[in-house]
Amino acid sequence: MSIAWYLALSAIVFSLGAVGVMVRRNPLVVLLCLELMLNGGNLALIAFSRMWGNGDGQILALVVMTVAACEVCIGLGMIVALYRRRLPIDVDELRELQG
Amino acid sequence: MSSVFFFIAAIGVIAGAVGVVLLRDPFFAVLALVVHLVSLAGLFLLLRSQFVAAVQVVVYAGAVMVLYVFVVAYVGGEGEAIGERLRSSSSPASGGGPVASGLRGLGAVLGAAVLVELLIALLGTGLEAVGHEGAPFSSSQGEVHTFGTPAYIGNLLLTRFLLAFEIASFLLLIAAVGGVVLARRRGGIEEDEPEGVLTPLDLVRPRRTGTMAEAVGTQRGRR
Repeated sequence: MSIAWYLALSAIVFSLGAVGVMVRRNPLVVLLCLELMLNGGNLALIAFSRMWGNGDGQILALVVMTVAACEVCIGLGMIVALYRRRLPIDVDELRELQG
Repeated sequence: MSSVFFFIAAIGVIAGAVGVVLLRDPFFAVLALVVHLVSLAGLFLLLRSQFVAAVQVVVYAGAVMVLYVFVVAYVGGEGEAIGERLRSSSSPASGGGPVASGLRGLGAVLGAAVLVELLIALLGTGLEAVGHEGAPFSSSQGEVHTFGTPAYIGNLLLTRFLLAFEIASFLLLIAAVGGVVLARRRGGIEEDEPEGVLTPLDLVRPRRTGTMAEAVGTQRGRR
């Protein structure tokens, strides 16, 4: 399989994640869709690493995984804090920072 | 043969991603993401990066998804789907009204635009290597294949990318501290709490933090 197939798949996964971030209301699912976007980026990085035959892209993919784990940690902590303060778990209802 | 594996894994990847976006229950969305991640690990294996594939399965599909399942079970998110949202968005209680549903349709259109732009950017680069199978990764002097093995990645991480490695570990430390600070039990939510008996644990525990027993609800917290 040529690298172009992998790149096209990564673009599809990234756009699906972007649609999910814009469309869904539940912050948990928004975080899951952010994971999808990061995974699309990871697939492109690994495909480029294979394309050039060196491992820099793989290291960068591991760093992206680290950042994703940190983002999950902070995001889930915020959701648990929202739940404890009896706030609605809905990104449309949480509009106090909005203007 | 590799193209057969590619298409099987690609179907898994896209089906998982569509499931995450469309499924109503957050719990099933998490399970769809697990399918997505495992299929993606298969694609990483096809791209000769064994170590990253193993990390993907063990860390992502294992640890991170267990964290998600715990939080979904704790919060108990109610189901919602796009169609339901579009139907109910005309009621005044759901905020936004028809403007919000219009924005959601705009979101889908924007996603399609992002896809087209990414495809143009990635496939229209004119790089000749994009259309090939990839660079040769094994030397012809009879050496063993080293590309993508744990030894190869570890060697890179501890020599050339040492700074990135250290920064990533520091970032993980900060995120762990931040998660604990964000999700801890705060005082002041329930006002009418009785003063409990002072135990030696209270002397070593910082103020306004909770214990495991309070977190599971067997003991009322004290501030």
